[in-house]
Amino acid sequence: MAAEKAEMDVLKKECDGLRTQIEAARKGVNDGNMATAAGSATDVGRVQLKLRKSLKGHLAKIYSMHWASDSRSMVSASQDGKLLVWDSHTGNKLVAVPLKSAWVMSVAFAPSGNLVASGGLDNMCTVYNIKAASPKTLRELDAHTGYLSCARFLSDSEILTASGDTTCCLWDLETGKQKIVFTNHIGDCMSLALSPDENTFVSGACDSLAKLWDLREGTCKQTFSGHTSDINAIQFFPNGKAFVTGSDDCACKMYDLRSDQEVITYQDASLNAGVTSLTLSNSGRLIFAGYDDFNCHIWDSLKGEKVGVLSGHDNRVSCTGVPADGMGVCTGSWDSFLKLWN
Amino acid sequence: MTINTMAKGGWHRDQMSCFRKMEKVIVAMQDPDMGMKMRNQRLLITVIPHAMTGRDIIDWLMKKNNICEEESLHISGLLVRYGYIYPLKEPRSLVLRPDESPYRFQTPYFWTSTRWPASELDYAIYLAKKNIRKQGELMEYEKERYSVLHKRINHTWDFVVMQAREQLRASKQRRKADRIVLECQEQAYWLINRPPPGARNVLDMGLERPNNTARVTLNSEHYKNEIDTCKRALGRNRVKSSICLEGFMKYSEQYQNHDPIMQGCLPSNPWISDDSAHWTMNLETVPTPTRLRVERWSFSFMELLNDVMGRREFMTYLEKEFSGENLAFWQACEDIKHGESSRIVEKVEEIYRNFLAPGAPRWVNIDSKTMDKTLSGIRHPHRFVMEDAQMHIYFLIKKDSYPRYLKSDLYKNMLAKGIVPQETKKSVFPFMRRQRHSSPSPAQVATQATEDGGNAKGAGQAGTNSAAGSNV
Repeated sequence: MAAEKAEMDVLKKECDGLRTQIEAARKGVNDGNMATAAGSATDVGRVQLKLRKSLKGHLAKIYSMHWASDSRSMVSASQDGKLLVWDSHTGNKLVAVPLKSAWVMSVAFAPSGNLVASGGLDNMCTVYNIKAASPKTLRELDAHTGYLSCARFLSDSEILTASGDTTCCLWDLETGKQKIVFTNHIGDCMSLALSPDENTFVSGACDSLAKLWDLREGTCKQTFSGHTSDINAIQFFPNGKAFVTGSDDCACKMYDLRSDQEVITYQDASLNAGVTSLTLSNSGRLIFAGYDDFNCHIWDSLKGEKVGVLSGHDNRVSCTGVPADGMGVCTGSWDSFLKLWN
Repeated sequence: MTINTMAKGGWHRDQMSCFRKMEKVIVAMQDPDMGMKMRNQRLLITVIPHAMTGRDIIDWLMKKNNICEEESLHISGLLVRYGYIYPLKEPRSLVLRPDESPYRFQTPYFWTSTRWPASELDYAIYLAKKNIRKQGELMEYEKERYSVLHKRINHTWDFVVMQAREQLRASKQRRKADRIVLECQEQAYWLINRPPPGARNVLDMGLERPNNTARVTLNSEHYKNEIDTCKRALGRNRVKSSICLEGFMKYSEQYQNHDPIMQGCLPSNPWISDDSAHWTMNLETVPTPTRLRVERWSFSFMELLNDVMGRREFMTYLEKEFSGENLAFWQACEDIKHGESSRIVEKVEEIYRNFLAPGAPRWVNIDSKTMDKTLSGIRHPHRFVMEDAQMHIYFLIKKDSYPRYLKSDLYKNMLAKGIVPQETKKSVFPFMRRQRHSSPSPAQVATQATEDGGNAKGAGQAGTNSAAGSNV
């Protein structure tokens, strides 16, 4: 027993040593800060977005939503046991998918628009074909030992999932089997985001760390720390060279992949609620972050200032999304409504 | 009626902020000078003092904060749903009716923020009181919960019954009106904190996240993996911060005109104008693309390749230069990477036949080292077998053909022909334009009002023109 413990201590020490070295290397390249770099950027001013549509249809909390690549349809999941595919322009419901398990936590639209996936406390990711006459279950991906917190399609044949069992997983949809399991987090994985070139992805977890993974090799390429509580939301900056995280510690942070460190924190003393979700506008200049205080606050990503707020929900904002053409923002809430703003 | 507060520091800060805001409104409403005028309401044969009607509440909120009726209904609805105001008629229906229905303020003792979370013990005492007072007064779900509690906290059951009896005895000594008021207040409190099945639980905080360390065992195996990961992470290439930050600035600036939220879009934003012309103009394949779209092709090679039309245009250019096989090869490799696993073998064979075999019809020029590696890899085809060759060709096209394409007449003509849509006039019916943004903060309105008394009223009136929401 003592020998084992001694061995562990030695390993721990080596680990800590390496981490210190990484921090030193990061400091070494840190020759500028966002405040000075953004000094020359034009001021965004006060961003006032108007509520354009309120989509009613769900009967219980909305947990997740995702835009389709045509920027018109979107899918939303609610704990009333339904997935609804909406036409955001007319406000009509196009497809209703009844779920076997009502405890859904995440939903995703495939880039082709043919498939949607959902999962939650049933530990499974179920993929549906919504182009069939009536929505058909294509696959039930069942191997996680914890709840499914997030799913994202790479194509019609591959899907990436994040789970409460601390792992992320790449699945082959043809065989329904796991291709790669990404293990390294020590807390529930809450969220993931695919890089625009689909070679890497980032994940945020309850261990307050964000990790960058190589999709091909299945390894963790880098770990980013800084948050002091669960990371709930994560999104790439549109050029794919940085990502933004939102956490229960009430702050959002941007991490740069090339200089390998945190570049800016979005925090305000008056904002005392955890961040549940976030999304960025097409130019990356605006960050829309949904909070537990029922609002979605807008941040200037470069200057680090709060520039607006979207108020209108009666309960926490659980999901936000900007479509591919950047037309506006959609917020979904536990009050069972989806709202479109721009 | 003593209710114990459980978690003394464990208050969830996220609910606190909206409660504090609601409490400010409530306190203002009860202000002796500027607050609401309350009157006595009759409930059956008893007169309840200090009550108000739903209509009064709505009107007061509208006047004090200078908002429209819709917003006032929304706010007062929230106040009722979170237990700060409770209805006297139909107490189980927590909605605010804008009519003569009577409402009362909840006493601060029973505010959700004062004593939360509600304890099981207090709930048991409450149910016991109801049971004793009138046998069978408990509803079905209350009976179920009562028996569940009875099992769970059986050890303190004597205490529960004793407390219940004591409280009932104390209440009998009060005036009937006071007794009814207290009963209503207590009932309202429990309707919020222990909602009946089917009713929305506004205090729901979501899933309890399990303890972090419970999932992963931190043993030597774990640390060995950690060390490997750290070593890998340490070896990464790092770029100076200043350069990276410049990159973000440039990107945002470059894309600002292409960001509809920042700059709007032409001819009009379909979400605002209900005119989907913008979408029609920007479909994947159109006869003539818009100028903005063609401009984006020059921002980066990936932008060009990701756009179906861009790729087609580029291919046309390459064919002219007799180097179209490069792009075709790249596309075929992409297809393998993202396509079905079952077809990988056949696709790899096809690529070999068309692009790599000696004398192939569309032979691509790869350096010998990469070619050897690829050819040996083909013997055991997998999704990424073409990766190195694909990368080589990608960088070749990017460094060589792409910049020349951007300087070519083909591209310049495309850019010149690109459509710049005319902005369509705003909606022709000004009367139907809806004031959808919420009103300015009352603080701002107050100063405005002192400066210009007429203006504030005008804003309020414009607001009331709005029809009941753009609901779908």
